[in-house]
Order: sequence, then structure tokens, then C-alpha cells
Amino acid sequence: MGSATILYPGDGAPLMDGTTQYNEKVVRQFALATVVWGVVGMAVGVLIAAQLIWPALNFDVPWLSYGRLRPLHTNAVIFAFGGSALFATAYWVVQRTCQTPLFAPKLASFTFWGWQTVIVLAAVTLPLGITQSKEYAELEWPIALLIAVVWISYAIVFFGTIVKRKVKHIYVANWFYGAFIITVAVLHVVNNLVIPVSLTKSYPIYAGAVDAMVQWWYGHNAVGFFLTAGFLGMMYYFVPKQANRPIYSYRLSIVHFWALISIYMWAGPHHLHYTALPEWAQSLGMVFSLILLAPSWGGMINGIMTLSGAWHKLRTDPILKFLIVSLSFYGMATFEGPMMSIKTVNALSHYTDWTVGHVHAGALGWVAFITFGAIYHLIPKLYGREQMYSVKAIELHFWVSTIGVVLYIAAMWIAGVMQGLMWRAVNEDGTLTYTFIESLVATYPYYMVRLLGGVLFLGGMLLMAWNVWMTTRPVATRAESTTAVPQEG
Amino acid sequence: MDINTLYGLLTLLLLVLFIGIVLWAYSGRRKKDFEEAARLPLEDEPTDSSDTDHRENKK
Repeated sequence: MGSATILYPGDGAPLMDGTTQYNEKVVRQFALATVVWGVVGMAVGVLIAAQLIWPALNFDVPWLSYGRLRPLHTNAVIFAFGGSALFATAYWVVQRTCQTPLFAPKLASFTFWGWQTVIVLAAVTLPLGITQSKEYAELEWPIALLIAVVWISYAIVFFGTIVKRKVKHIYVANWFYGAFIITVAVLHVVNNLVIPVSLTKSYPIYAGAVDAMVQWWYGHNAVGFFLTAGFLGMMYYFVPKQANRPIYSYRLSIVHFWALISIYMWAGPHHLHYTALPEWAQSLGMVFSLILLAPSWGGMINGIMTLSGAWHKLRTDPILKFLIVSLSFYGMATFEGPMMSIKTVNALSHYTDWTVGHVHAGALGWVAFITFGAIYHLIPKLYGREQMYSVKAIELHFWVSTIGVVLYIAAMWIAGVMQGLMWRAVNEDGTLTYTFIESLVATYPYYMVRLLGGVLFLGGMLLMAWNVWMTTRPVATRAESTTAVPQEG
Repeated sequence: MDINTLYGLLTLLLLVLFIGIVLWAYSGRRKKDFEEAARLPLEDEPTDSSDTDHRENKK
């Protein structure tokens, strides 16, 4: 039974030996969740960007105040949108490259419903102000426990599938996904060691500078493993797949893997420059952050050079555009990061909107773009279609969101450098030249540009949601005149 | 032994380990295995009719 002829393949496409089928239901669920949470998370982002310009937009309702919605935004885009994309693609990639169905498919189904429960609980508790107030680790202990259970189940399904693989090699994408799953488990558990005092309140077992160091060891490795290693796993599968050619250098990918995971672990202290953290730890964090440039760019070059000799595909294939441009943003963000970790640069950039710009160069340009590419690649395959309902809409999505990211990060760069310079300016008598409010007033125009960039990015996300909706509708209800745009010129 | 000597030796060991990984990855002996592994994403279904591109390595 060929998968292309049935509308909703029960389990999925046949394996190489034709004896059984891949498990695709859980991949479909996570893929659709990615799109839904993408819209929600980015919409909250646009709202809080607008609140920074018009504070009245919190309507004097505590649940809608910036301080509560900001963690809702970060959790929604990182863990709901990005997390669902990582689950979907890891389950797809591990089966395909191991040529075997998932190990423990019921447990895989549990990870879907468990993860969605975590997201809903986050969406309820964060606006209520229930929080550990640790950045990217806000969720209180009962939810943190559920995350741990779901995450361990994820590890069992993933590594169980690797163990029962039908091929000799473990493809490099699985190494990245595997490192991401193990490391996030360790980070999450260590950073959530708390003493509960009630159902909704707990205190960390760490105190003072140690607490800060554990938090940023977690925080930076959440960036390094959740937002980097996991999405590099995605890159190592979907870039070769969409380009239909093997990765540029498999050897480079091995060196890339070991160098990246061994160095990332030590870069966290750069979040704590000029704090109570010991000076040597700050310098160590800075040095490791600088070294990180090498493996980061090695990976970027490996991905982009996969198109070497087939650059013409970029002209006609908008999915490939998303994948390759995501690597360009990855290269930019991983150059900017080491630079900002240099103490003297950090003295200017820290606590300004430059940091916000840097994060979004990575989150929108790299993480969201590679996710868009992967999901656009997956959706037609998951629903037995030739291609997305509208390839032109993918092209439009690409350009709208590219302009959105560029507006966003350019505005935040300028705003950040300006804020840093205004805050450090002193008069001849040693008093500050500017009050804080003066730097805020000067920032307003850039907040407007950032809001515009965010609105464009959200618009692209909505376009994607529409396209996915049209592609996944049963064929009978679809219009006869499907926009057929050939992928190859 | 001073603890710092141990730290120094550990750093040296990690450097040697890294150079070892690079030499292993780039050794001629591994070439065929890696080429096989690199093709894994492209060989996941009996017939891949959805692909529009021609395969470079026909079997």
C-alpha cells in the first residue's frame, strides 16, 4: 500500500523492506502543535512589544501585565513552538535514518499529551504570577516534575529507537538530537532542585552567587542544547533532504558535534559579567564563548556548502531558502554572541536592547526559520500530498519574515548601543549626563520599528497556518484548482 | 601533587583527545563508512517518487 495514494495514512509510509510502517501520527500531532503555538507565542510577543510603547495595553489587569506576559511569550515560543518542532522532527528523523518504527509508540503518544499539558499549565500559571522567577525556568515545581517525566519518556522513545535500528550507522542528526535530549534532562533537573513550601511556591536549594551560576549554566545551555544542538539535528537532516544531496562533509559534522557539545557547557558565566560571580569564572566563560565561534561556524559552513554545485535550487525552492537563510542568521548570531561575551563589549551591551536583538537574531532568524523549512518539508509528506497547498505562499512567508527579522534586529542594535552609551555618559563633575527616562524616550522610535518587524513576522506565521490548514484538509473539500507551482524551474 | 598541575594535565589530555577525534574523523579508513552514513537521510523509503531531483549515485 503506497502512502501517496491514501489521504490520511493510518500509521505512515512503508519502511525500506516494506514489512511495516513508520509511526507518523505523533509526528503529525507535534507538527500541527508547532504551528498553533507559533501563532500564539508570537502574538503574545507582538502584544508585549506594543505594551512597551503603549503601557495602557495592559488594561490595568494584573494577568496582562508585561512582567507576567513576557515569560509567557518566551515559554510559548521556546518550549511550545520550538519544543513541539523538536519532538516532531526528532521522531521523524530517528525513524527514517534508523529505518525502523518508533520504540514504544504509546509512550511517544504520552509525550505529546504530557507536553501539551505542560504548555497549558504554563499558560495558566504564568499570567497568575506563579513563578520561580528564574529566566526560562519559571514554571513551578509540580509542572517542573511533569516536564521531567515527559522528558525521560522522550529519551526512552528516542534512544530505544536508536537501539533497534536496522542500519549500521547512527546518522549525525541523531547525535545532535541525542545530546540535546540528555543535556536538557540534566540541566532541567539540576536547576529545579527546590524546596517546596506550598503547591505553588518553592525556593531553590542554592543561595547567592551559586544560585545565579546554576541558573545561567542552565540558561546558556538551554540556548546551546535546546535552541542549538536540537535544531542542528534538524539542520543535518532537512538541509540534505530538501537539497536531495548528502551533507557537504560528514567528517566535519563529527568534529563539529564533539567540539560544540564540549565547549558550550562552559560558556554560561558570560551572563554574569561584573556581578558577584568570581572574576576567574567570568573570564573562563568569556574565553569559552570566544572559542565557540569555531565549531558554530564549522556547522554553518557544513550546512550551506551542502548546496555547493546546486545553488540554482535556492532560486526556485522557498523551503530551501528558509533552511539556508536560517544558517546565515545562525552564523551572524554565533559571531555576535562571542563578541558580546567579551567583558569590555558586555559592559556596553548588557541590560540594553542589544541583548534582545541578539536573542531574536537567533530565535527568529535561526530557530524559527529552520523550523519553518522543516515543517513545510514535513506537512505534505505527513498528509500524503505532493507539496504544500500554495508554494507561492511559502515564498511570500519567506520574504515577509525576512524583512521582519531584519527590521527587528537592526532596531534593537541601534537602540541597545544608544542606551549603553547614554547610561555610561558622565559630566565633567562625575554626575550622569542622562536620566534613565531620557534613554527610554530616545528608544521609542526603535520600539516602533521593532513592533513593525514583529507584526510582519507574526503575519508570516499566520500565512503559514493558513497554508498548513489548506494542505491538511481532506482532498474532497479542496478546490479543484490547486495552485500548482513546480518546485524546479 | 599540586591540584593546579592536575588541572593542567587534564587540559592537555582534553587537547590530545580532541586532536585524536579529528585524526580519527579524517583518517582514510573511515571514508567509506562515513559516505554510507551520509546517504542515510536520502534512502528511507523503497521508492522515493516525491523527489524531483536525480540521484547522483544510482545503484
